[in-house]
Amino acid sequence: MKKLLLGNEAVARGLYEAGCRVASSYPGTPSTEITEVISKYDEITSEWAPNEKVAAEVAFGAAVAGARSFCGMKHVGLNVAADPLFTSSYTGVNAGMVIGVADDPGMHSSQNEQDSRHYAQASKIMMLEPADSDECLKYAKMAYELSERFDTPILLRLTTRVSHSRSLAEVGERVDNGLKEYVKNPQKYVMVPANAKGKHVVVEKRILDQIEYCETEAVANGLNSVEYNDKKIGVITAGICYEYAKEALGDKASYLKLGCVYPLPEKLIKDFCKECETVYVLEELDDFIETHCKKIGVEVIGKSAFTLQGEYSQGLIRKVVLGEDVESVKADVDVPARPPVLCAGCPHRGLFYTLKRLNVTVSGDIGCYTLGVAKPLGMMDTVLCMGGSVSGLHGRNLANPDKANKSVAVIGDSTFIHSGVTGLIDIAYNNSNSVTIILDNSITGMTGHQQNPTTGYNIKGEPAAAVSLEKLCEAVGINNVFVVDPYNLDECYTTIGKALDLNAPAVVISRRPCALLKTVKHNPPLKVNKDKCKSCKMCMKIGCPAISMKDGKAEIDFTQCLGCNVCSQLCKFGAIE
Amino acid sequence: MNKSIMIVGVGGQGTLLASRILGSALLSKGYDVKVSEVHGMSQRGGSVVTYVKYGEKVYSPVIGEGEADLILAFEQLEAARWLSCLKKDGKVVVNTQKIDPMSVVIGDSVYPDGVIDAVKNAGATVVELDALPLAVEAGSPKAVNVVLIGAMAKNTDIDKEIWLDAVKACVPGKFLELNLKAFELGYSN
Repeated sequence: MKKLLLGNEAVARGLYEAGCRVASSYPGTPSTEITEVISKYDEITSEWAPNEKVAAEVAFGAAVAGARSFCGMKHVGLNVAADPLFTSSYTGVNAGMVIGVADDPGMHSSQNEQDSRHYAQASKIMMLEPADSDECLKYAKMAYELSERFDTPILLRLTTRVSHSRSLAEVGERVDNGLKEYVKNPQKYVMVPANAKGKHVVVEKRILDQIEYCETEAVANGLNSVEYNDKKIGVITAGICYEYAKEALGDKASYLKLGCVYPLPEKLIKDFCKECETVYVLEELDDFIETHCKKIGVEVIGKSAFTLQGEYSQGLIRKVVLGEDVESVKADVDVPARPPVLCAGCPHRGLFYTLKRLNVTVSGDIGCYTLGVAKPLGMMDTVLCMGGSVSGLHGRNLANPDKANKSVAVIGDSTFIHSGVTGLIDIAYNNSNSVTIILDNSITGMTGHQQNPTTGYNIKGEPAAAVSLEKLCEAVGINNVFVVDPYNLDECYTTIGKALDLNAPAVVISRRPCALLKTVKHNPPLKVNKDKCKSCKMCMKIGCPAISMKDGKAEIDFTQCLGCNVCSQLCKFGAIE
Repeated sequence: MNKSIMIVGVGGQGTLLASRILGSALLSKGYDVKVSEVHGMSQRGGSVVTYVKYGEKVYSPVIGEGEADLILAFEQLEAARWLSCLKKDGKVVVNTQKIDPMSVVIGDSVYPDGVIDAVKNAGATVVELDALPLAVEAGSPKAVNVVLIGAMAKNTDIDKEIWLDAVKACVPGKFLELNLKAFELGYSN
């Protein structure tokens, strides 16, 4: 039966049908829905892990113990999981292990545009890349067979447009072959140098076997496919770019579609290039396939005609390959940009307004609160990576201790658990005069509300052990821990000010659940008393999307306002009621 | 011949539900369908776009410049922002609601006048409606998305019954009555 599935849903379905038994992931756009969908299958034990490294290690442990396993993450998450990734290539697996990694060309929701195919090559782990939901499902299943056959984890690479597009996928039944037997084998699973030396030889042999597979069997089973049409133009491509190319060029080109992007075949590519007059390599981000083509001595056109940045499209391919431009219409009007903003009622707003009043330097982190960078709040100085705010603040304060009482780090609850706590240990251990503010909104917000170790619920919404942030901070050696309500502006100002004046490591927990959580009860919307409003625009300084100026007076949009009362605390005339 | 529809609006207006209803209606007509959404950061009050493509066989899930047959805009400015994706003879169904971007709210830029006229002058066929009062009439300001789906439904060659089934398939039971009313109001206005 065919169903309209999101790419991520189709991956989850494929894993399910292939008998996956254990899944552990950390949420990250555009990968999150894979594990959310998995959590609905009772046959799979699924979990949110504190970070991607933990998730990969859980999946590894499960695979060695004999269960087909999965871990999923976004591209930057694979950086965090890189340590177990590289050595799991040496140990191999017992039951199959699939690592789902979703890249984000165009950076719809990411801090960089890194190409995770390099990880496949660097760790010598086979990587499959589907182009639509049907392939997401098929490749997820195939990945388990390949994992067990070649005794290696398999990387399943997605990109935003594949993860977040719905298309038809052929759905089947689950086949569960049960737990595989675990046999103790330290030469295989204990990577001390003596054992690892032997295993490295195995890895290199495995790559050669996999190349042979890509040249022959993968062509027979359709993973790598050749389609000859007009041979004036040849296209070597993979993933979503295949869809763009087919739409742009149709029968005007011949195609070599690579479902396996690492390792890459040699003979298959050479034979294809011999048949075609001009061959283009169509791939987003880096020149991964193109470099391979050049290395094996075939002439192709790639990045010299296209781009290393952003997404490809059928329009771009038509333009470059066929020289065709499309006619389009344009409205003769200046359209102001509309970037995302902190939601109305967002607890982070009051906190960032307080930081603005305190005029501090803010070492920021990854989450909804990164939007604190936007005007009119504009309260973020650096954002690097998950957890980087806390250790970055320590470094800033080492460099310029005189400004330490004018600098803070802000980090969300989930991000703090992910990798912020190690930075805080550094601060405590090295007695750093640093103030870390944990924005505890009781959920992983940016990725669409996932539970995490601080929320008291697991992935299925069942009660679970909750990390006490206060106790955790105290346990690592922070003696000054404060809790504030970010809806209370005076309390925030006084408490954070006090923490900054301590000249000692301190943590302020800004605690208020995300306003979008269904369990949160809101006050009725506020209204502006137009008679009292003096048009001073103080209420505009918090950048609330529910507040605007209409006919010279402030106005509150009743469809958006959640009655948080942050704006009313700013109004000196009591005009917000 | 494949058709391409874009649903554009402001994060939080419910464009994802609208695209799901549309996808469901097209699927029951037997088309190959692709729906492309962007999740994550852009949901937070930013400009959002969903692509819906259907026909005998659809490859690319996205819509580029000059490729859309119809743009369903949940907000005026978003209609203008994405207009370059419209085909020369394309149609725009636009909600006349205005939502100020943050740059306008804080006075860094202005919400331009005559947006819908500019869209018309560019050569697009425009169908306007004020969906918010209709949604309130149906029972909730949040039903703007289904009002607009109703308005768009009238501008397609798909039977009303199929649309109604799609609404039923995509909306949770307790909100069904409200949403069916919202659809009717959009369809008939």
